[in-house]
Amino acid sequence: MLSGINFTAEPGQTTAFIGSTGSGKTTLIGLIPRFYDVTAGQVLIDNVDVRDMRLRDLSGQIGYVPQKGVLFSGTVKSNVTYGNKRASTKEIDTAIKVAQASDFVKKLEGGLQSNISQGGTNVSGGQKQRLSIARALAVKPKVYIFDDSFSALDFKTDAKLRKALQKETAGKTVLIVGQRISTIMNADKIIVMDEGKIVGQGTHDELMKHNVVYQEIAHSQLSDEELARNKNARKEAK
Amino acid sequence: MDSQPRKPAPRQRRGGMFGGPGPVGAPTEKAKDLKGTLKKLAHHLRPYWGKLSVVLIFAIASTAFAIASPKILGHATNQIVDDYVAMKAYDAIMENLPVGVTLPAGTTGADVLDSIPAAERDNIPSSQIDSIKSLDLSTRPTFHFEAIRSIIVLLLALYLLSAALSYIQGWIMTNITQKVTYTLRRDISQKINRLPLKYFDKRTYGEVLSRVTNDVDTISQSLNQSLSQIVTSVVMIIGIIVMMLSISWLLTLITILVLPISFGFIAFITKRSQVQFVRQQELLGDINGHIEEMYAGHQVMRVFNGERASIAKFNRINDKLYQSSWRAQFFSGLMFPLMTFVGNLGYVGVAVAGGWLAINGHIRIGDIQAFIQYVQQFNQPIIQTANIANVLQSTAAAAERVFEFLDEPEQAANTTKPVTLKNPVGRVVFDKVVFGYDPKSPVIKGLSATIEPGSRVAIVGPTGAGKTTLVNLLMRFYEVDSGTITIDGVNIQDMRREDVRRLFGMVLQDTWLFSGTIRDNITYGAPNATEEQMIATAKEAHVDHFVSSLPGGYNMELNEEANNISQGEKQLLTIARAMLAGAPMLILDEATSSVDTRTEVLIQKAMDNLMRHKTSFVIAHRLSTIRDADLILVMKDGNVIEQGTHTTLMQKNGFYAELYNSQFTEAI
Repeated sequence: MLSGINFTAEPGQTTAFIGSTGSGKTTLIGLIPRFYDVTAGQVLIDNVDVRDMRLRDLSGQIGYVPQKGVLFSGTVKSNVTYGNKRASTKEIDTAIKVAQASDFVKKLEGGLQSNISQGGTNVSGGQKQRLSIARALAVKPKVYIFDDSFSALDFKTDAKLRKALQKETAGKTVLIVGQRISTIMNADKIIVMDEGKIVGQGTHDELMKHNVVYQEIAHSQLSDEELARNKNARKEAK
Repeated sequence: MDSQPRKPAPRQRRGGMFGGPGPVGAPTEKAKDLKGTLKKLAHHLRPYWGKLSVVLIFAIASTAFAIASPKILGHATNQIVDDYVAMKAYDAIMENLPVGVTLPAGTTGADVLDSIPAAERDNIPSSQIDSIKSLDLSTRPTFHFEAIRSIIVLLLALYLLSAALSYIQGWIMTNITQKVTYTLRRDISQKINRLPLKYFDKRTYGEVLSRVTNDVDTISQSLNQSLSQIVTSVVMIIGIIVMMLSISWLLTLITILVLPISFGFIAFITKRSQVQFVRQQELLGDINGHIEEMYAGHQVMRVFNGERASIAKFNRINDKLYQSSWRAQFFSGLMFPLMTFVGNLGYVGVAVAGGWLAINGHIRIGDIQAFIQYVQQFNQPIIQTANIANVLQSTAAAAERVFEFLDEPEQAANTTKPVTLKNPVGRVVFDKVVFGYDPKSPVIKGLSATIEPGSRVAIVGPTGAGKTTLVNLLMRFYEVDSGTITIDGVNIQDMRREDVRRLFGMVLQDTWLFSGTIRDNITYGAPNATEEQMIATAKEAHVDHFVSSLPGGYNMELNEEANNISQGEKQLLTIARAMLAGAPMLILDEATSSVDTRTEVLIQKAMDNLMRHKTSFVIAHRLSTIRDADLILVMKDGNVIEQGTHTTLMQKNGFYAELYNSQFTEAI
């Protein structure tokens, strides 16, 4: 499936993965929380092989947000605190606020204590995804993994959420799997995947210059004008 | 809409208090309106009244014969016993005669009895005195084989007749039930086609499916079995009581007195076991739910260290389940032994009392034998009636659901004078359209828009803004609550639904392909297309290239899920299909998840080819599509809040501009 993968994701930086369906992005990030183990090579967190850590300790360092929001039956609160039972009220509130979920949680009749039915069928896809994000935030992990976690959100919520996340995840290692160029184009490092291999690494601007696969993806989604405009916007921000 | 909790399909519970289908003591569903439902069911049976009465008569006759047989068998036993006693008495008298004495012809047992001393006479059991008295001592009596034979022949005939009647009765009944259920199924299937889509939005597939299969099945089964069982059971109970009384009122009394004891036990046990069965069902649901949830969310559970909590929860439910299953089984398991015990008590009572009566000559051995047979037969119809009561309850519940379904309000019928468009150009006008899935809370609140022929309309807006709803209205999957939608000046409500839909070609996110060849799938909307047309279209839709690399080319069979070609290829096929169908207007739903980039480019090109010169509505996700549209309908909360081209909308600097710009704010 995957071969010859070498990269380092630094703390305080955002590393993004892009590539077509089946290119191996999800499998790749699944190696970090040990959903799968490598056949050869190593995955290290702070120089320790993930296979040498106790699973509990490893999991405690990772805030994982799956592709599809997965919730368990219980309450909004029990879901947000699923990975950190000791989270304080303030911590819970912050997590929910950053995840852009406070508006709809407030609207629910029972607030934090509202019921979540089995499989989270009583909240919408976007709401599920936002609560999944809040759950990962409440753990306060070292490493964040967002596996295409913004797809069920509309552009606007997506943008707001990412802005809020930026503060919350400062100093942490952030890994993002993305489908939309606009979601990942501002990452510190973008890793382009194709058929289980890394075919390019670098910033958006670098990749736009040199990487054919990345260019193809970008042009299928955005016009030249938009790409140019975006470039300027980022220059200004810097 | 996906936030609405879906009601799970009602769990089928059937079966009765005693054996039968379903566990002992398990609870039954009840109909809300038992009387009304039974009336409706009777109405469905009306065409079969004639046959039903035959069934009834046959059932009664068959049962009557079955009831008569033990008594007749008793006669045979009596005959054998009489003959045996006579032979013994003759031998005894002859052995005790003084040597050399011969009895004159015509001497009877009575004469001999008179001659022996009274003290000795009292030793002879009173039941035998009578047969000795009538004994003719001139010849040694033998068994009356002719009499026994004729009784046995009569019995055989009765058994056969009873079996034959019961068979014919069952056969006719099956015929009737199959016809009734056939009509029910037909009615349901026709009803499905007349129901508005709204109905299906509120229900799961399982629920609708359960009407057609489970509920109709339940009705069929219980009509088939229970209806004749009711008759036979009631006839049995009455008949057996009559027969018992004809043998001995005392034994009958003993038998009937035991009944309340049985009923008491039954009531005691079912009350307790029902509670446990309900609990068991709930817990079973809980444990399945937990397993399902953990299975589906396994990665999340692991990465958030939820293993221990999950296992603890499982053990907690499992313990409770163990407790209530154990209890439920314990109580319902008690039923059978207790019933047997009580039955045996009655049996002992009958045997003791019967023996005593026989010794005193009030009753004959054959009668006791017949009586015991009746006692054994007696329990069955009583148990059955109790069982049937439950089966009828659940049948009524099933029938009620079926009738409720058949009574659902249907979609408005097509107009009587439908208008057909000769040469549709595709000018679509929405005029103050209001619509809600639930009329009380409209999702589209007064939409007006004019779409010129051949233009490309992009529908954009956040999730839940009503984009899909707009398409549903346009295709008349739903009817507007007020306002009008016209195509080339004709209100779509004045057209036939099929004609409206024929005006549109559809390419949706969920590609719909069926198992069959690729050719079949492409020509689905235009079965008369020639091979040349088909291939020309396939080329234009960028299908030809990948198809020619497939084994079998256009003849390749797609399997059920069509997963032997890629997602992108599937989309191309649906585009080709829409292209070949040549509808004047198009509805496209752009995929949100990207396929591989090269196919993506092909899809876009194919879509462009498809949309050329056609009025097309695109539920758009790609910015390029939106930008190139002739008209953008910006939807928010069910309303088109802005409309115009990309340039005019950007100038306006409203919601659209905000939406568009949010794409380019600083990302993490």
